[in-house]
Amino acid sequence: MKRVYVNEEWCLGCHLCEYYCAFAQTNQVSMARALKGRKIHPHIRVEESGAVHFAVSCRHCEIPLCVKGCITGALSIDDGIIKVDESRCIGCFTCILSCPYGAISPSPDGHAARKCELCQATAAGVPLCAANCPNQAIVYEDRG
Amino acid sequence: MGAFDVLPDYEISRNLDRCIVCRVCERQCANQAHEYVPEEDAMASDESKCVNCHRCVSLCPTRALKIVRSSNTYKLNDNWTDKIIKEISIQASTGSVLLSSMGNPEDYPIYFDKITINASQVTNPPIDPLREPMETRVFLGPKPDSVERDSNGKIIPNLPPQVKLSMPMMFSAMSYGSISYNAHESLARAASELGICYNTGEGGLHEDFYKFGPNTIVQVASGRFGVHKQYLNQGAAVEIKMGQGAKPGIGGHLPGKKIVADVSRTRMTPEGSDAISPAPHHDIYSIEDLRQLVFSLKEATDYKKPIIVKIAAVHNVAAIASGIARSGADIIAIDGFRGGTGAAPTRIRDSVGIPIELALAAVDSKLRLEGIRGKVSIIAGGGIRSSTDIVKAIALGADAVYLGTSALLALGCHLCRSCQAGKCNWGIATQEPELVRRLNPSIGAKRLVNLMTAWQHEIEEIMGGMGINSIEALKGNRLMLRGVGLNEKELSVLGIKHAGEGQD
Repeated sequence: MKRVYVNEEWCLGCHLCEYYCAFAQTNQVSMARALKGRKIHPHIRVEESGAVHFAVSCRHCEIPLCVKGCITGALSIDDGIIKVDESRCIGCFTCILSCPYGAISPSPDGHAARKCELCQATAAGVPLCAANCPNQAIVYEDRG
Repeated sequence: MGAFDVLPDYEISRNLDRCIVCRVCERQCANQAHEYVPEEDAMASDESKCVNCHRCVSLCPTRALKIVRSSNTYKLNDNWTDKIIKEISIQASTGSVLLSSMGNPEDYPIYFDKITINASQVTNPPIDPLREPMETRVFLGPKPDSVERDSNGKIIPNLPPQVKLSMPMMFSAMSYGSISYNAHESLARAASELGICYNTGEGGLHEDFYKFGPNTIVQVASGRFGVHKQYLNQGAAVEIKMGQGAKPGIGGHLPGKKIVADVSRTRMTPEGSDAISPAPHHDIYSIEDLRQLVFSLKEATDYKKPIIVKIAAVHNVAAIASGIARSGADIIAIDGFRGGTGAAPTRIRDSVGIPIELALAAVDSKLRLEGIRGKVSIIAGGGIRSSTDIVKAIALGADAVYLGTSALLALGCHLCRSCQAGKCNWGIATQEPELVRRLNPSIGAKRLVNLMTAWQHEIEEIMGGMGINSIEALKGNRLMLRGVGLNEKELSVLGIKHAGEGQD
């Protein structure tokens, strides 16, 4: 299955992935119109300290602790992709606590958990973080 | 701005309707031309720090940025131009030689653009390269004057060592130090994939790249940096660099801050101390001296590697090349005055040397006249920008060309001509690890392969149009060229006819 992979060696720490992620969530055509004046809530985040930086996003684990821990069944594995059903999420954030990568975050209104779903349901259809990474530090590929 | 600061040449224009304050411009500018202003949650810029490398423009996700030529001007004067006034002001402040990088950007004639190429019509059919075989392979090195056979009639294999190239192009000498590890890796991997050569320049060869040896030209220059027996034997050929088109008669100076640990080890020079290449080779003051170095290198490589001698195109280039051909060298590389550099005194770069088209034609004519053209191959470099330039160079007498600037452009260079600052935002002309990682060699090598493959295809198309199916048949075939708007003297040096004149 195709997943988003991160090559730390080539990450520039430019944070473009975060903005493309936020853009993908809006399903709009123009990034300027979509994001102008708005605070972004990306599902991929660049972790950095000094000269070290790399992007972190959901790895869509084969044995996901978040899904195991979900008490309402809001998190599920759909064809390998771990998805959140916001209507079932009660915002207990057990998943956020159990994800070893810190890849799940609360939604801006605090009522549900949100995470990367590989852009499958967006207008773009492919993860924009990988498609727009200037140095191929984020790739979307099938590694078996 | 201080009283004596010069006006910036360019301004950063930000479309505030589009800027989403993602700060990518700020994070990507090593010159700190962009700044985030938290009080206003907005970006600000300082054009005096901008080198116009277009890194921010290219990465801005909303295309909010552009760099524009500043309209801020001194009182107009065609003699004391803005450029001259600024240069004088800078020198009055610093007391230093003006430094520049990349090739001569001044407004000299570009002869390639005043030469047109022939095509077949009616009496000699053109060839379709998609349907018929088309040979772009070349071999560089001396060719025997005649075929010799033994008593059984079998050909005696007396061909001296050659460099085999799948197409008549090579990447010019650019040292590890002047360009980054990742830039070198991109060039090496591309050359290896394409079956051509890249050139170490005067910086030695990093051990990681020994595996690309068969596609490497190893250079020996006046500083002799990184030269040892294994190095010499690693390459496909050894190049003695006598001069460089961007700075004929001038040595090199790699500042200590670029001599980081790996570069120091590869160059065999102390870390952090300037690496200075003398203007002359201190053991070469004549063709006889050159001959000694040529044969020293042949001895060191067991007579298995062709020796290239690279010179800058200067006024007496034809006579010098004739001497080199007689020194035992196998290949002569001529570097025209448009050739690039990581740093050169501006006055030298912009005013010394001659155009490659004229130098190449003069050398080829002279060697033919003297009957020694077959003793050497000729590589032309310095200002070759496209496949048509390559075709014209070959028709003027080159066996192959060196491509430096165009290769760097493929790697992302935007010709901001600030290499000497060592803060290349594209990860090419820098040794700062944070900047070097911006050039992913997998992307770089792929782009180089794309460019060369595209040019090879175009060369085949152009040759096919002329009814020529092999580079060998194009070489020195000046009847395939015509001048447009050139005077008698220019035509006679180029050895071509004016457009409108027929074959006879």
